[in-house]
Amino acid sequence: MIEGILIGLTTALTFQNILMVMVGCFFGTIIGMLPGLGPMTAIALMIPITYGFDPATGLILMAGVYYGAVFGGSTSSILLNAPGVPGTVATSFDGYPMAQQGKAGKALAIAAWSSFAGGTLSAIYLLFMAPSLSKVSLSFRSPDYFALMILGLTAIAAFSSKGQFLKAMMMVVLGLMLASVGQDSLSDITRFTFNNMNLTDGISFVLVVMATFAMSEALTIILKRNDPTSAAKQVSLTELGSIKINKEERTKMYKTIPRSSIIGFLIGVLPGAGATIASFLAYGMERNVVSDEEKEKFGKGSVNGLSAPETANNAACSGSFVPMLTLGIPGSGTTAVMLGALLGFGVQPGPRLYMTNPEIFWSIIMSMYIGMVILLILNLPLIPYIARILAVPKNYLIPLILFFSVTGIYVMSFNNFDIYLMIGIAVVATFLRLYDFPMPPLILAFVLGGLMEENLRRSLLLSNGSWEFLWDRTLTACILATTILIVVWHIYKTFKKKN
Amino acid sequence: MNINTTKIISLLFFIFSAFYLYTAYQIQVFAFDENAPFNARTFPIYLGYAGLFFSGLKLILPDPNTIKVDHKNLEYKKTGILILIAIIYGATILKVGYFLTTSLFLFASYYFLGERRWILMFLLSFPFVAAFMYLLHGILDIYLRDPFLQSIGVMG
Repeated sequence: MIEGILIGLTTALTFQNILMVMVGCFFGTIIGMLPGLGPMTAIALMIPITYGFDPATGLILMAGVYYGAVFGGSTSSILLNAPGVPGTVATSFDGYPMAQQGKAGKALAIAAWSSFAGGTLSAIYLLFMAPSLSKVSLSFRSPDYFALMILGLTAIAAFSSKGQFLKAMMMVVLGLMLASVGQDSLSDITRFTFNNMNLTDGISFVLVVMATFAMSEALTIILKRNDPTSAAKQVSLTELGSIKINKEERTKMYKTIPRSSIIGFLIGVLPGAGATIASFLAYGMERNVVSDEEKEKFGKGSVNGLSAPETANNAACSGSFVPMLTLGIPGSGTTAVMLGALLGFGVQPGPRLYMTNPEIFWSIIMSMYIGMVILLILNLPLIPYIARILAVPKNYLIPLILFFSVTGIYVMSFNNFDIYLMIGIAVVATFLRLYDFPMPPLILAFVLGGLMEENLRRSLLLSNGSWEFLWDRTLTACILATTILIVVWHIYKTFKKKN
Repeated sequence: MNINTTKIISLLFFIFSAFYLYTAYQIQVFAFDENAPFNARTFPIYLGYAGLFFSGLKLILPDPNTIKVDHKNLEYKKTGILILIAIIYGATILKVGYFLTTSLFLFASYYFLGERRWILMFLLSFPFVAAFMYLLHGILDIYLRDPFLQSIGVMG
């Protein structure tokens, strides 16, 4: 492991890679701050640029963007009560009241320090857990992988917003359907191409991500421009206040950060759960463990209430790298995008990644530490200046997002058809978003579609067409039992709420 | 059963899944693969049935969280124009070239979204695209096809 850490440090500490972490953190923070544009959009916009680098550098850039965007989301949560990403919704519960009390600077500083601590602690957990998880996952066979993918897709649907399970499952199926377009990987038989040569190679991952996130995000913002419920609120930047944290506040944070980082990391490791669930759970747990006096302050500007979700959401970001790097199963929508980018680089994540490509595996883990430090160094002094980005007029922002989306596709294929297809998918996605059909399950399914079919093929061929492979191995049966438990728990919760 | 837009979308998804399933059954497989435990049409067939199942459930079950969209507040016209500009951009980018079409696309989009600060609009289109092109083509060595710049001798 020491050798791996040294390889990772050598790769991560090159001038180019440090620069990439800095650039990633900076742009991620800016994009994450803009309401509606989260880490997924930020990473999707970066994909065409990363293809100009080697895999390690490209991934380091994306990891920097990821952390930056999560922190940026907290900034708009605190200043505008408009979370840039779902993972920072819980941050606004106490962050925004603090800002209204004239303590915006302090709230941003607490968020920055908590994010830093949460991210650093979870990077340490990741450092020790990832190799052992890799060893465990070496015993995985095709049926286990197939079951794990079913679990991941079910979990992301079950953990989506209230009452959205069926909608999310429909999006999962749609994502898998889109992934099935093109040549069959084994027989080369074309499927769903309707004799169109442009579809023979299937639909590009970047195209689907750009269409469902960046482009449809931009179209949704324009569409809802006059909607009073989504109108952006303005903030008085003169009321940022001091960014210093006093001793009493620090003491509160010392207690909150360790427990929230453990929750965040463990939730992040679960496929499909991610930063949103982690931040809400950490907030809820924190409210239960603090004194009655402190409990009263929750929702009115509590330091614990702000620190807990901020620690947890960054810890979950690191945690979500575990299943992606060790199993090839993304822990969140954002890591699904990164997994797609990895596959685009020709790197197959999985238990053997840290043996076959140790420089990629370890440099990502090492760059997380570096990313956390840089995020703190960059963001603390720049808080008042970064906040001004929130004033970027949408008249400029929207065309620039569309421009980046089209450029991404143009550079990849030099093909008009792909641009039309992207616009078509974006229009459908915009309409679906309007009626609360979630997009992350679609992306996760699209990324996993090929792998899922491949593992089902192997399992069915090995069992001679019998579905007994689902319960023949204890591990497969356990994973499927967990999937069934998640579905049953979800149905139970829905009925309980109704009654 | 209440008919709302979510139900209509579910119905459309149901029809789409039925069409997908029909097309999946039409996939031509090799003769020796026809009765194999798994062939090119197996997975799509399962997906077709899954689509029918979930959209069917959504259609039948009551919808506790009905989404109400106030269409009066939605900017359909501007969104439509922006989509149209993007389609024209996509149609011309290969023939005319990256620089001119992208700059014009940005300029036109700013204009249709209501912007009238001409100098800023210009700076954030032509020089901005030139700088971006230099980053991609000049520094990152990513090829950008541009017949227009080639015709005037700016690009090799």
